[in-house]
Amino acid sequence: MSTQRETPTSTPAKRRILGPCSVVFTAANTGSWRLERPQLDESKCIRCGTCARSCPTDCITVSRDGCPVVFDWYYCKGCGICVNECPKNALSLVKERGEH
Amino acid sequence: MLKMMAASKGLVTHGVSSCQGCGIELIIRNVLDVLGEDTVLVIPPGCAALFSGTGPEAAVKLAGIQGNLENSAAIASGIAAGFRHQGNEHTTVCAFCGDGATVDIGLQSLSGAMERNENILYICYDNEAYMNTGIQGSSSTPLGASTTTTPAGKPVGSKDLIQIVMAHGVPYAATASVADLGDLRRKVKKAKGIKGCRVLHIHCPCPTGWGYHSSKTIELAREGVDSGAWVLMEYENGRVKLGRRPSKLGHAEDYMKLQKRFRTAVGELTAQTNERIISRYEYLEKLERLGGE
Repeated sequence: MSTQRETPTSTPAKRRILGPCSVVFTAANTGSWRLERPQLDESKCIRCGTCARSCPTDCITVSRDGCPVVFDWYYCKGCGICVNECPKNALSLVKERGEH
Repeated sequence: MLKMMAASKGLVTHGVSSCQGCGIELIIRNVLDVLGEDTVLVIPPGCAALFSGTGPEAAVKLAGIQGNLENSAAIASGIAAGFRHQGNEHTTVCAFCGDGATVDIGLQSLSGAMERNENILYICYDNEAYMNTGIQGSSSTPLGASTTTTPAGKPVGSKDLIQIVMAHGVPYAATASVADLGDLRRKVKKAKGIKGCRVLHIHCPCPTGWGYHSSKTIELAREGVDSGAWVLMEYENGRVKLGRRPSKLGHAEDYMKLQKRFRTAVGELTAQTNERIISRYEYLEKLERLGGE
């Protein structure tokens, strides 16, 4: 999401598209922005799915069995909305690189 | 058409360079989830332009165009006219614009589209300033809010977009908020099924511009709805229908205290804000009663 195209997209002369034309569906590693990360207390989680619904990056998966809440750390920006919205306070924000 | 370099659950990529805790990301994911693949997006420059793509990189799996700030509704009208000419009646043309591109710069083209009753869905996400260019005040910025162009707090109130829209007599208009995503999805679904110019005005807290911790986006939107600073309502066939009555109507102190942009708005300004909220709500209630008769 950082490279800007400066030349027109090349097409036959009659159908010349000017300006950048976005054709590559891609994703930035927004997980690298994270300063704090949500941590789950499994004993409190009721698998309601509120965190997954309120996640702006849509990187949370709530499942019926196994670990209830799975985060995609490649995308989680660590905004903390899931922590704030959790009805059972099962999530908490911890420092990404330990306490300093 | 698209070269897929990343996987995603929905129509929007997961890694978008919007700020942490951005409300627009929540809104566009839910809106596109409801609208589905048969949609064309028109996005003006602004924060939402991140979703229309930067350079060769696309962030949504839909066809779309990034126009200018002043003509999103006009571009959408043109696309809708093209579809009409082709006999295509199923594709939704969705303009996804910010408050600057709606209430300030794009108001004339939106007004024209509403007058002609073009078959478009116009969505305005309202973060109450020009956030993308560095938090300049827009005409949607509320009374007393500090921005880089109104450092001592905005001396006048905001334009009431939903009433401007209602005055055009569109088939469907509604306000929504990230505080209630179920309600937001219901309204988008309803708008999708109606023909004509439909306008949705969605409240969208911005952690960067409003000055609060990114985790409080939904909590703040909820405070806004509870205090009546943002009124959930629907307008259909000339009738106004308000959402549930705000529990703390006219007590916007908690809502304002959470945000740094209102740090200069103390004392009389808070009282003035509360007065405005109450008188606006009472007026809307009167409109609702008028439609019911």
